Amino acid sequence: MADNDAWVTVAERAAIADGEMKGVTVGSQEIALYNLKGEIYATDNLCSHAFAFLTDGWLDGEEVECPLHAGRFEIKTGKGMGPPIPCDVKTIPVRVEGDNIQVKVAAS
Amino acid sequence: MSETASDKHIVILGAGHAGGRAAEALRQAGHKGRVTLLGAENHPPYERPPLSKELLAGAIAHEKTYLHPEEWYAEQGIDLKLGANAVGIDRKARRVALEAGGDISYDALLLTTGARARRLPLPGGNGKRVFYLRDIADTLALREKLTEGVRLAIIGAGFIGLEIAATARKRGVAVTVIELAPTPLARVAAPEIGEFLATLHRGKGVDLRTGLKVTAIEDTGSEVRVLVEGGEPVVADYVAIGIGAQPNVEIAQAAGIEVRDGILVDEFGRTNDPAIFAAGDVTRHLNPLLGRHVRLEAWQNAQNQGIAVAKAIAGSGAAFAEVPWFWTDQFEVNLQMAGAPDRWDRVVWRGEPTEPAFTLFQLLEGKVVAAVTINNMRDMRFARMLIQSGKIVDPAALGDKAVKLQDLVR
Repeated sequence: MADNDAWVTVAERAAIADGEMKGVTVGSQEIALYNLKGEIYATDNLCSHAFAFLTDGWLDGEEVECPLHAGRFEIKTGKGMGPPIPCDVKTIPVRVEGDNIQVKVAAS
Repeated sequence: MSETASDKHIVILGAGHAGGRAAEALRQAGHKGRVTLLGAENHPPYERPPLSKELLAGAIAHEKTYLHPEEWYAEQGIDLKLGANAVGIDRKARRVALEAGGDISYDALLLTTGARARRLPLPGGNGKRVFYLRDIADTLALREKLTEGVRLAIIGAGFIGLEIAATARKRGVAVTVIELAPTPLARVAAPEIGEFLATLHRGKGVDLRTGLKVTAIEDTGSEVRVLVEGGEPVVADYVAIGIGAQPNVEIAQAAGIEVRDGILVDEFGRTNDPAIFAAGDVTRHLNPLLGRHVRLEAWQNAQNQGIAVAKAIAGSGAAFAEVPWFWTDQFEVNLQMAGAPDRWDRVVWRGEPTEPAFTLFQLLEGKVVAAVTINNMRDMRFARMLIQSGKIVDPAALGDKAVKLQDLVR
């Protein structure tokens, strides 16, 4: 990440309960936020196999399942968990600042 | 299955979706011996769902449908032979004969020969203005014809026919669909869903004519006339036919493998020959969840049965036991369907068919046996779990959107 990358507030911390997820858009970037046992994680929201938002799918433990074809990713690493997933999704730096969730994205 | 220890040569006959995933799964299961993957086409294994949608629309290149690039197979130590048509199996010698000459010996043989488009057994059913859609070459040939203002007659309102209709409309083609049954998708879905799709297509300008029997296709030299019993002929520039698929069983049948509209296998993909297995569209396989044999022409079955049977061959297998699951995309609608019910005694709506998103459940004796989601893919995961659980559910709760489906699964 370059120095001009910025932390951007994308959601209130209270908006995502434990075991839930939420999709947000920053500029043209679609981002998935997850709450795993109180910890917030973020990845790209678009599945790497077909056009679908992971946050329309199913959060199962520490994996998210795509709603279209049931491909799965490990949330903490973005790792694709086998067919039909051709490649991993990117993880995105995320932090909780006060009552807000912030992600680090390239400044536009 | 100790006779297929990890140094054995495994030959996979058919480099489609099932064959490709099976080869991949053999390596992932730790199989160290030779793997040969024989494909009749000149493409490495690919996924078929985009063929009637994104590829026909011209939105993607055909390479985008490949499971892996061609060079990936060599990197995995998989000997992928394309354009290699097999013509016979000598079970005693354990050899597969190739059309081009020569043969290949195997220790275990996996048949993933797939299915082909069923041909219309009528005069004119194979004319040069008549198209079928099964492989990449079919799609590219049809796509060339689908330009603005062209008239296309489609015979069959199943998944393929309706997907072609939706894609063709987007390309500005005038579309008439002719279907024998009273509603679309009659072979696989509840009539309520067929009605919903009929309304959708008509609203998008598709001339959908149901309950009509085609008797012949006439090519006048400049156009085609699709003759129907007791009605006006449909005049078009081209005809596309989607009336189902038939399994490529001939090579197995000739070798004495048991076939019953599909190669007959158990939940591990085993045929009546201990050295020969089958997976994918070509099989009629025992589904332990349904308690009967089914033949499925779908992506999930190709991928997951391919993987399951490969693992069984590698000796680390669990039974292939999944609730059958299908999907289609037409216009702005994503339809997903779970279950393969042969009967049901009531339906429960979760939402209304006039809403942008809803789910329809089919029940038998209080249990959910099938579900269809319309733009409601999030319900599908729990619908599949409900079907698999075989639980008696309260229809009122099922139809109440205030009740979470996951709470009914528990």
